[in-house]
Amino acid sequence: MSNVLDILSWAAIVGGSFFALVGGIGLLRLPDFFSRVHAVGIQDTLATGLIIFGLLLQTDEWLVAVKLGLVFIVVLFTGPTATHALARAALHAGFRPPLDSETKTSNN
Amino acid sequence: MFATAAVALLAVMAMALLRALAGPSLYDRILAINGLGTSTVLLIAVLGFVAGRPDFLDIALLYALINFIGTLAVLKFFRHGDLGHEGDEETL
Repeated sequence: MSNVLDILSWAAIVGGSFFALVGGIGLLRLPDFFSRVHAVGIQDTLATGLIIFGLLLQTDEWLVAVKLGLVFIVVLFTGPTATHALARAALHAGFRPPLDSETKTSNN
Repeated sequence: MFATAAVALLAVMAMALLRALAGPSLYDRILAINGLGTSTVLLIAVLGFVAGRPDFLDIALLYALINFIGTLAVLKFFRHGDLGHEGDEETL
């Protein structure tokens, strides 16, 4: 039983680290601001969720589990809110996402 | 296992710092620091498990809250030039 939990926890933590790395590389390599927001969004949701889930499987104390759940909920709510506010502020400051010239559907 | 995650998160933090240094715009920097904060929360949680002291989770929780407030405060400051601004109707 504990072996199964260990393997699951391994998979979740390594998967979370992988997606965190994907987000980091995206933050570094993507060409414009709005696509970088997308890369950080991966870190805030998928990477956080997987890593916290992996840690959750490793503990047998209730208090630690509850704290992990709280961290997850806080990051889950504040991360997208912060990136939303950021994208909105950038739009307000005059940044516009570059669009494909053929399928341009912007209404700005 | 925890060390793997810690190393990966440190690498992510290094990348976020590079983006924060490189810019090019103000919003890129704030975004990078926000991502850095999220990685820091995860790193603190993972390090607690590495050290066998999950009490570190309190610090992670606090850091997550401060990170959020800090991002919004910096955004507000650069938009209005004043943290005490009362805000106005959005006309975006």
